Amino acid sequence: MFGHFPLWPDSASTNAGNVDALYIFLLLVSGIMIAMIFSVLMVFAVRFRKRKGQRAEQIEGSHHLEVTWSIIPFCVMMVFYIWGAVIFFHERTPPQDATEVYTVAKQWMWKFEHKGGQREINELHVPVGRDVKMIMTSQDVIHSFFVPAFRIKQDVLPGRYTTLWFHATKPGTYHLFCSQYCGTQHSGMIGWITVMEPRDYEAWMSGAGSQPLAVTGEKLFSDLGCITCHRSDTQGRGPDLAGVFGKPVLLEDGRTVTADENYIRESILEPGAKIVKGFKPVMPTFQGQVSDDQLNALVEYVKSLAGPRSGQPAATNGVAGASPQI
Amino acid sequence: MATIDGPDFGERENYLNAGHGLKSWLLTVDHKRIALLYLISITFFFFIGGFFALLIRLELLTPAGELVQSDTYNKLFTMHGQVMVFFFLIPAVPAVLGNFLIPLMIGAKDLAFPRINLLSWYLYIIGGTLMVYTILNGGVDTGWTFYTPLSTEFVNTNVISAIIGIFFAGFSSILTGLNFIVTTHRMRAPGMTWSRLPLFVWAHYATSIIQVLGTPVVAITLVLVALERLFHLGVFNPALGGDPLLFQHLFWFYSHPAVYIMILPGMGIVSEIVCCFSRKRIFGYKAMTLAVVGIAVIGFLVWAHHMFVAGISVYAALIFSLLSYFVAVPSAIKVFNWTATMYKGSITYQTPMLYAFGFVGLFTIGGLTGLFLACLGVDVHVHDTYFIIAHFHYIMVGGMVMAYLGGMHFWWPKISGRMYPEGWGKLAALIVFVGFNLTFFPQFILGYMGMPRRYHSYPPEFQILNVLSTAGATILAVGYLLPMVYFVWSMRYGKPAPANPWNAAGLEWQTPSPPPTFNFDEEPVVTWEAYNYDEIGEIPEKEKEEVPVVH
Repeated sequence: MFGHFPLWPDSASTNAGNVDALYIFLLLVSGIMIAMIFSVLMVFAVRFRKRKGQRAEQIEGSHHLEVTWSIIPFCVMMVFYIWGAVIFFHERTPPQDATEVYTVAKQWMWKFEHKGGQREINELHVPVGRDVKMIMTSQDVIHSFFVPAFRIKQDVLPGRYTTLWFHATKPGTYHLFCSQYCGTQHSGMIGWITVMEPRDYEAWMSGAGSQPLAVTGEKLFSDLGCITCHRSDTQGRGPDLAGVFGKPVLLEDGRTVTADENYIRESILEPGAKIVKGFKPVMPTFQGQVSDDQLNALVEYVKSLAGPRSGQPAATNGVAGASPQI
Repeated sequence: MATIDGPDFGERENYLNAGHGLKSWLLTVDHKRIALLYLISITFFFFIGGFFALLIRLELLTPAGELVQSDTYNKLFTMHGQVMVFFFLIPAVPAVLGNFLIPLMIGAKDLAFPRINLLSWYLYIIGGTLMVYTILNGGVDTGWTFYTPLSTEFVNTNVISAIIGIFFAGFSSILTGLNFIVTTHRMRAPGMTWSRLPLFVWAHYATSIIQVLGTPVVAITLVLVALERLFHLGVFNPALGGDPLLFQHLFWFYSHPAVYIMILPGMGIVSEIVCCFSRKRIFGYKAMTLAVVGIAVIGFLVWAHHMFVAGISVYAALIFSLLSYFVAVPSAIKVFNWTATMYKGSITYQTPMLYAFGFVGLFTIGGLTGLFLACLGVDVHVHDTYFIIAHFHYIMVGGMVMAYLGGMHFWWPKISGRMYPEGWGKLAALIVFVGFNLTFFPQFILGYMGMPRRYHSYPPEFQILNVLSTAGATILAVGYLLPMVYFVWSMRYGKPAPANPWNAAGLEWQTPSPPPTFNFDEEPVVTWEAYNYDEIGEIPEKEKEEVPVVH
């Protein structure tokens, strides 16, 4: 923005505008507060400096003043709070039909896999003007996915999925930083987000063509033997997985959970943690037998099974997203 | 110390000449001597931590990592943080000035448990020795926060010895807090009611509560990290069935209140200084006491604001953000009341007052930028960037270290029996202020631009601001070395200090400088409010300072 001496980050997502507006408001309000406090301090420092023959005038305090200068800042802060909470809530609520990208972070690189099976390392291509949701996990320590130009950040944890979404508004390439200290090459765990016009993006996607992630998952589902128990004819020892994703699941202990990505992941790695009502804890764990990439494929496959029967827009998109044509 | 023209030689016994030889110091149970032992120890660690900081700033002069290897850089910022937080900032004001002054201020002969006081210094020294061992043995590179599972499974450095060192320092801190609480309850002189206590004592009372309640949590948490590292316990590492966020909750449950351990005593110092050099009673004594206690209590309920992007639930984040704003209110009251205290005062500008001005200004900036971080929508962007580095250095260095230096100058005549050179004092205060702002203000801009913290190398567009920051750090280093030099100089060559050079309120000024071993020749009886400057009047004129009141 200022040639070689930029003082403001690029702004390339819908969220960036929201955050900037709030940040500028905070800057203005605190600028006014600082100006007020400093000028009062300066005026007092000069006006009430020691003079010959003049003594300080003792004042006990004033409850009225104290209440005033507690309540006014408190009200201003509540504006900060509510405005910030609204932006945060929006940031943390991914739209149902977002394009999903699976992310596996490890010391010290970012691995991305698109629904079409296209894989990238330390570089992510996304379309402009479309909602993109990152479904992220880490293979080792905690990392953090940070794109300053989008004003978004989310820690990436081992052993579970965290998500984040953005809506890019400006084609270009933007920094991707790991912002959670993750060991030796922490500052080398950086990459680029390339935001492309939809036409270029589709050309890139088909150029990088590969087997759709859900298809990889389906193959794993049969190779690992999942299919022998999780059958669609309700005769299996495990529950039928069709239409499960995104739905509430009644458990043996009476609880109900929503079948999201983390639930499916946990059911593969720790099958005993949440037993579906009417079934026995007979499934063996797959901890250590499937990689994070394979887990992503399996999760994606189970999501794609939600397809026609669920009627959920997210699930519908799951199938559509699996084909490289988009 | 003892020179022919000294105030403490041959004339009357004081705590400095009461005993001679190393043994009289290492086995002392006099709170004033223990305070000096702490002063020497924390100064040592301050300069070690500062040296690491200087290397960090030198490395960041250029975008590429050229001066040191990545692993070395990671060790530098880790050990800078650990040394500064656990071995300087937390003990600095309580263990030095609090130790020295609380018995004097409440009219007691010593702390309630003099031997435990000495024990806490030895625990600190054991912890400090382990930290030095850690450094000499190749360091540790977990980040001062020890985040799991990086610290439990993935780094191959001296995590265990660093943890044990911090564990010992923690117990030293708990014992100091315990001692202060009991002392404040049981040892006050007749007439020294709670509503007559100096705010310095109130601030330490609130701090002590945090030390006693919070420190055991971090101690146990770090032990769990060590056990997981040694025996693969599976508490925090998800590969072993643990939860990495559990560590963050436990760690910040202490480490956020620890911020108040560092800043509340500083607030106590500033209250004393502002009143003295304005010749005024504090504006709203009651509100000021409620504010420090309020900060200590609410401070325990805001820890998860360090975890807004860590993967906690949206609703938890909404609640912790709200609670974080609650803690800002008492902090704001304190700033406004200090300002109001100066109204219609009779203000003079000795060195301590300059530091108090610096404190109020920098703490205000640090506090206001804290509101940015409590604000969820903004925090997501600036979290783990240089914005946070700038924010907490404004509080810790701009606030706490300024207050500490102000306090050191204010009470140096009492501690050493000598005056520091006023001209040099003012110059150093100015250098510190300029150097500090040049170092840390550019980091706010860097942070919003997106430069992550703990980066050994960085994209070139961040360079100019980093150069400014490094330039500031060198100025700041000069500002910190100066007082060190003239304080030592003044011990031999400084003008002898009268009992009350500032004509200040407070019992500590009613006993000779330096005080006798048992503080007061006769137990004082208090019949006045704190900061009774209406009865005391003005600061004496310069000529009078020459004559020690003691004789």
